[in-house]
Amino acid sequence: MIEAGQPAPEFTLRREDGSEFTRADLEGSTTVLVFYPFAFSRVCTDQLNLYDDVLDELEAKGATLYGVSCDAPYSQTAFREKLGVRIEQLSDFEPKGAVCRAFGAYHEGGFPQRALVIVGPDGVVKWSYEAPSPAELPGANLIFDGLAAGGD
Amino acid sequence: MATELGSAPVPPPGPEDHVTGPEEAPLAIEYADFECPFCAALSAKLASARLRLVFRHFPSRSSHPRAWAAACASEAAAAQGRFWEMHHLLFSDQGRLEDPHLWERARELGLDLERFERDRRTETARARVKRDFESGIRAGVVTTPTVFAGGRMHSGRIEIGALDGTGSSEMS
Repeated sequence: MIEAGQPAPEFTLRREDGSEFTRADLEGSTTVLVFYPFAFSRVCTDQLNLYDDVLDELEAKGATLYGVSCDAPYSQTAFREKLGVRIEQLSDFEPKGAVCRAFGAYHEGGFPQRALVIVGPDGVVKWSYEAPSPAELPGANLIFDGLAAGGD
Repeated sequence: MATELGSAPVPPPGPEDHVTGPEEAPLAIEYADFECPFCAALSAKLASARLRLVFRHFPSRSSHPRAWAAACASEAAAAQGRFWEMHHLLFSDQGRLEDPHLWERARELGLDLERFERDRRTETARARVKRDFESGIRAGVVTTPTVFAGGRMHSGRIEIGALDGTGSSEMS
């Protein structure tokens, strides 16, 4: 798992509209990447619902939160719309899991580990967290702890 | 000043909390959502449990569109001294949580309807619900129902025995 102080790796994810989201998109503001195992699964549903409820508070802290999974962008959009959440989705579909691996957040079972990574405006990781198991949902409080730990 | 949502212990019962049950009974602090079916099921079990129960709001805006409205309605009932009665009426029929259904309940409880209607839309009611929600976030609540009892956080399918110390049966 990537750790605080390490620069974010070079990567290319796909936004829901198919356009690229790369390391350059991290620069200039604080980014929270939420790696989650599967669209439509139970814990991931609870997780995105929970985080969506604190999106305004995250925004007030200057942080933008994204969901990252190996699902295709179309599936991610369907998932987001089904949940009725605002969290923008980023796809690590092809080559599958390449970005998850680059962040050290790939589960050997073939899906993203449930993990959180906060990257500062300078492109350096401020904080990271890997859930003890994919079944465990990290509380939203941890994200705020992580933002505070980063020093601003 | 931005809202602080970093980790903090669950706050002990305070004067603004909704509390029921004998003072000497084991303390249980519940975070729940009036539109959550698992909360309704737990509520039915809690009704006959011997606990000092504190109810706190943890409405999920995204998964339960009427949860906030129901929570604010319960606060409007609380302003007229009828929180627990409204709590029971909300949990007893979760399929009916639209405005006219809330008015029906207020009428059934004999509340001053105009005041109820005004109070449930105030910033005071909203801030009261939000305060509970935020204390839950800080304490690490991730789902409803979640109950803090016996120094532990219980969530999912909660058995009363796990809360009042009479048993340890619990599934998550």
